[in-house]
Amino acid sequence: MADEKKTVDPEKEKRKIKSVRRMKEIMTAYYIDAKNAGKSGRKVAWITSGGPVEPLIAMDVIPVYPENHGAMIGASKMGAVLCAKAEETGYSRDLCSYARSDIGASLTNGGPIGGLPAPDFLVCCNNICGTVLKWYEVQARKYNVPLFFFDTPFIHTDFTEDARKYVRTQVDEYIGFLEQACGRKMDYGRMEEVGRLSVKAQRLWRDVLETCAHSPAPMTAFDAFFHLALIVTLRGTRVVVDYYTELLAELRDRIARGISMVPDEKYRLIWDNLPVWYKTKWLSDKFAEHHACLVADTYCSAWSGVLDLIDENNFLESMATAYPSIYINVSIDRMFVILKNMLVKYRADGLVMHSNRSCKPYSLGQYDLQKMVMKELGIPVLIIEADMVDERSFSESQIETRIDAFMEVLKQGR
Amino acid sequence: MITAGIDIGSITAKALALSGNEILGSRVAFTGYNPEQAAADIFGALLAEIGIERASIGAVVSTGYGRNAVRFADRAITEIICHAAGAYFQDPSVRTVIDIGGQDSKIISIADGGRVRDFAMNDKCAAGTGRFLEVMSRAMEVPLDSFGEMSRRSKSPAPISNTCTVFAESEVISLISKGVQRQDILAGLHESIASRIASMAARIGVAAPVMMTGGVAKNGGLVDALERCLSVEISVTPNAQVNGALGAAVLAAGGLEKK
Ligand code: SF4
Repeated sequence: MADEKKTVDPEKEKRKIKSVRRMKEIMTAYYIDAKNAGKSGRKVAWITSGGPVEPLIAMDVIPVYPENHGAMIGASKMGAVLCAKAEETGYSRDLCSYARSDIGASLTNGGPIGGLPAPDFLVCCNNICGTVLKWYEVQARKYNVPLFFFDTPFIHTDFTEDARKYVRTQVDEYIGFLEQACGRKMDYGRMEEVGRLSVKAQRLWRDVLETCAHSPAPMTAFDAFFHLALIVTLRGTRVVVDYYTELLAELRDRIARGISMVPDEKYRLIWDNLPVWYKTKWLSDKFAEHHACLVADTYCSAWSGVLDLIDENNFLESMATAYPSIYINVSIDRMFVILKNMLVKYRADGLVMHSNRSCKPYSLGQYDLQKMVMKELGIPVLIIEADMVDERSFSESQIETRIDAFMEVLKQGR
Repeated sequence: MITAGIDIGSITAKALALSGNEILGSRVAFTGYNPEQAAADIFGALLAEIGIERASIGAVVSTGYGRNAVRFADRAITEIICHAAGAYFQDPSVRTVIDIGGQDSKIISIADGGRVRDFAMNDKCAAGTGRFLEVMSRAMEVPLDSFGEMSRRSKSPAPISNTCTVFAESEVISLISKGVQRQDILAGLHESIASRIASMAARIGVAAPVMMTGGVAKNGGLVDALERCLSVEISVTPNAQVNGALGAAVLAAGGLEKK
């Protein structure tokens, strides 16, 4: 109402990240483009979050991410309803809630944006899990469109030369598939440019995340979860590079001016696994109440974690090594090395692991990692059970007790 | 200074008053659907029982699931810290506390000085908690208070393979229909809970001496099963059920606080 003035808390206002607004504009424009692809004559491809998107960008295809859509469904607290829709048609409740909510949304055109635009083809990369194989098969059948599988062998110990060759062959097959689906040839000059922009964006994303190595941290992992959408969806485009440049400048400015996200930051924690999308605000407030800041997480950093393996001047070649090497496609021993470096680098006081009912590949092994972290680093670990999208798997009072107790123990230890 | 601890659990509410090292009195009641009311009621009843004015209570700490609903408390502290403090108050040599509450079971590892070193709690599922036993009590038509004594008469505990409350209930019903003796089913249930607790305990390690707290500690049959499963002796004090409230009262008095 007009006469009801919103009271603005200057303290809170100061802490808000101003770039958020621009990010929202970009994401809105992206989804409007995608939804209007039919009119503009551009092709739409659905692709998995860990999939090689750069060739799509080079072919001027609009990439659409059911998983990002799932995150939006979760954040809008529409997950349970859409998951239930999928369950009604026979899908098990044990199936990943990204898959269930996506299937539910495509059956009903439900969700915060009224469903995703129908795909012209699908690209599925199994470097994140095996669930996506069947999920994408289901959707390819439903929309009756072609599907390309990009198969990335799991890395138990080392990434062998044979495995690399196997993946490298698929890069060419992938491009062949795209050329056929789009009815024109790949412009390799353009592809090189996209590859460079992708690497640039990943570097910026890494730098954005690493601003939190500073204490107090200028943002938290909850903010990173929000800003993540761009590196996932549109890496390889100019807009991502521009946006993260702006965001990075803002975060550095916050550091210079001593603006932290958590008032009076006393404890620095690392988060593991996907966010709990429908509870980010609650969790963020809960930790802040204990003066705890989630300074980094294994999830967001997965989109810059293989930078060292990419050669920006030889993108297609190095892609064959980089894509299979991401965080959850490797053994627990390798995950531990990454986790350990993160705990040390960010000077973490504790680790919070989200045992995610949906995401088995991410959650399997967490108890082992917990033991390894406690033994080698002596850092306390909290495991909370939830689900990223399906709020029926979240028990607020149980989780509250676990977080409160964990923080009390940390405080006692000081 | 006289202090009080109020423990609002998911099933029962507990209140206890402490003066120095002396427990002045304690009470237990059902929580019901309104934790705020339950807290006010039990605190009033406790004061009446020990004949002390509200104004003479120097500090109140609340704990348990309803801890934030206790408006009159000076501080809310989780059950983990309170159970550790309560156990430590009763016996400073205790290094591990097993607490089985209404919807949570927990293992708490205590460091020298009564600090919590580490803890493990059940996952979301209610298996192995007080609720589980309540459901079984209904299915078996045996009052909870008789579980311990009855199960101790068992010579061959029936294996219960399901730890899920719902599936275990149907398993129990099928055992009943097969004519398996009630004491054997009860003993089997205790073993299944004990093995679940044992796997949780393995996560943080069990150091002796071990004390069991919470209302479920009154069930001697379960304590026996836990002792066998963990190969360790477990002590249970008469204050087991009010141990959380006791710890809260100890903490209200500034016990364990870092000076
Ligand atoms: S199972 Fe995990 S990796 Fe696979 S789609 Fe679901 S959340 Fe993503």
